[in-house]
Amino acid sequence: MVKNKKAIIILIAIMAILPIFIKSKVVLNAIVLLLIFATLGEAWNIITGFAGQTSFGHAAYFGIGAYTSAVLYFHYEISPLIGMVLGAIIAAIIGVVTSYPTFRLKGHYFAIATLAIAEVIKQLFISWRYVEGATGISIPILPRSATFMERIIYLQFNEKVPWVYISLFLFAVVVFICDYLENSKMGYYLKAIRESHEAAESIGINTTNYKLYAMIVSSAISALAGSIYAQYILYIDPFMMFSLEVSMKIVLLTVLGGIGNIFGPIIGAAIFIPLSEFTRMKLGGSGTGIDLMIYGALIVLISVFQPKGIIGIVESIRNRSTKKKGGEGEVEALTRN
Amino acid sequence: MKLKPLLEIKNITMKFGSLIANEDVSFNIHENEIVSLIGPNGAGKTTLFNCITGFYKPFSGKTIYLGKDITNLPPHRICKLGITRTFQIVKTLNEMTVKENVMTGAFLTTRNRKEAEESAEEILNITGLYKKKDVLGANLTIADRKRVEIARALATKPRILMLDECMAGLNQTEIKEVMNLILQLKDQGLSLLIVEHIMEAIMPISDNVVVLNAGRKIAEGKPEDVVNNEEVIKAYLGVKYHAKSKKS
Repeated sequence: MVKNKKAIIILIAIMAILPIFIKSKVVLNAIVLLLIFATLGEAWNIITGFAGQTSFGHAAYFGIGAYTSAVLYFHYEISPLIGMVLGAIIAAIIGVVTSYPTFRLKGHYFAIATLAIAEVIKQLFISWRYVEGATGISIPILPRSATFMERIIYLQFNEKVPWVYISLFLFAVVVFICDYLENSKMGYYLKAIRESHEAAESIGINTTNYKLYAMIVSSAISALAGSIYAQYILYIDPFMMFSLEVSMKIVLLTVLGGIGNIFGPIIGAAIFIPLSEFTRMKLGGSGTGIDLMIYGALIVLISVFQPKGIIGIVESIRNRSTKKKGGEGEVEALTRN
Repeated sequence: MKLKPLLEIKNITMKFGSLIANEDVSFNIHENEIVSLIGPNGAGKTTLFNCITGFYKPFSGKTIYLGKDITNLPPHRICKLGITRTFQIVKTLNEMTVKENVMTGAFLTTRNRKEAEESAEEILNITGLYKKKDVLGANLTIADRKRVEIARALATKPRILMLDECMAGLNQTEIKEVMNLILQLKDQGLSLLIVEHIMEAIMPISDNVVVLNAGRKIAEGKPEDVVNNEEVIKAYLGVKYHAKSKKS
């Protein structure tokens, strides 16, 4: 546990230093997106990696977060900082309301339900006048003369560097929350639910409640990431926020990095986001999808050879080097039969 | 025994469609008593287990624990009240180590990780799993899985521990170990309800034996009485053999 904390702090410190050396806007942009998607991956990891409830619809919460802060700012000039919090609360409520009935579904059926729910929400937003429907919302831009304070309150910056720190801050908070969760009673309970629903019930775990708690945390974090994303891009529409592609990106990068591990999402994002930014840049419009093709190939390789992702590869290498002294229990276990 | 029973099982009937798995089964478990539930395959032992622990909702009948009706409570509530079960088909938490398996159980009575760790280690010592505490559940042998199953249940600090065939598939030494463990638990004040097929293991340690056949209770009493009961011999060996043994 302490080891994990150290690794997290080192990781965040490295990320914090990066903008000092990197001046390229392209790279900084990739870092911001990387951190936002890593945050989403962490959120998804709670409900799927820990609790074992596969969600293919996390774009829904991401979009709800983005829309809440954007709509409040667009219509009423409410600070996105407040909008973010409200967005997280609304996403958590929607997460609970939609999950409560669907948690009864087992395995793949739950995954299908999440997919469907995200699609329903997308269709609602497309035809909803109040949120500008399919046209999407262009967030009103502050005048050039805006003071620094105003820029913070309305979360708008012309530079990329503040965005690196804002998304890094969110990511750091989320990683620490996940680390805390993993090592707490809730983390143990969620993993027990993932491993065996019945065993969990038999040792006194209220499986429905704990899955709902996981959903609340997961959807609220996704919504926060959504608000940050909206303020960063300054334009949102239902097709890009609620798309299956976003949901899939979240799933794939976490699986690549290592599902159920707090370092999984950041490792996956660090590979995936630069890859997709690079292909998009080099190949332009015709290049969209190539990143997913490369990525798909990676996923196939990973799931065939090491289902635990890149983290699993690292762990198995580490285990191999310590096995010589620590493998006694295993030998005994084998000889018993 | 004049004491008030800890757990009363009253006229439990369980049906799956037209199949009657349990019919009008009643018996009591007293404080600090080992009750074993025996019967041929398909007698409805595991079904009864599931009814008592809330995994099934019985068609009719009641389970009363400390004077409180717990019949339709969900399994986790029943566990919180002090009745914890294990599974015949072990449900080890595969991606967690032995220690983590047991800690998960220990978290029922505490929020604190340290406390959970301590009580888990204590239980690992009792159950003889301490050496394997860092082995992943998936890498355990069946004997160890059964032990983890018991340890995890014990970690919830139950008053009644319900073991479903915790000795099946174990060799002689391992069975001895489990028997000793059960007696040790009884000494600590636990009550146990045990489903078991291995008679030579279960008979010497039971205080009371309940025999089920085809869903019905056909006998109940001290182990030595039950083994001589005609109904029980019929159920186990068949009517024909029973008649033969009488002639000779």
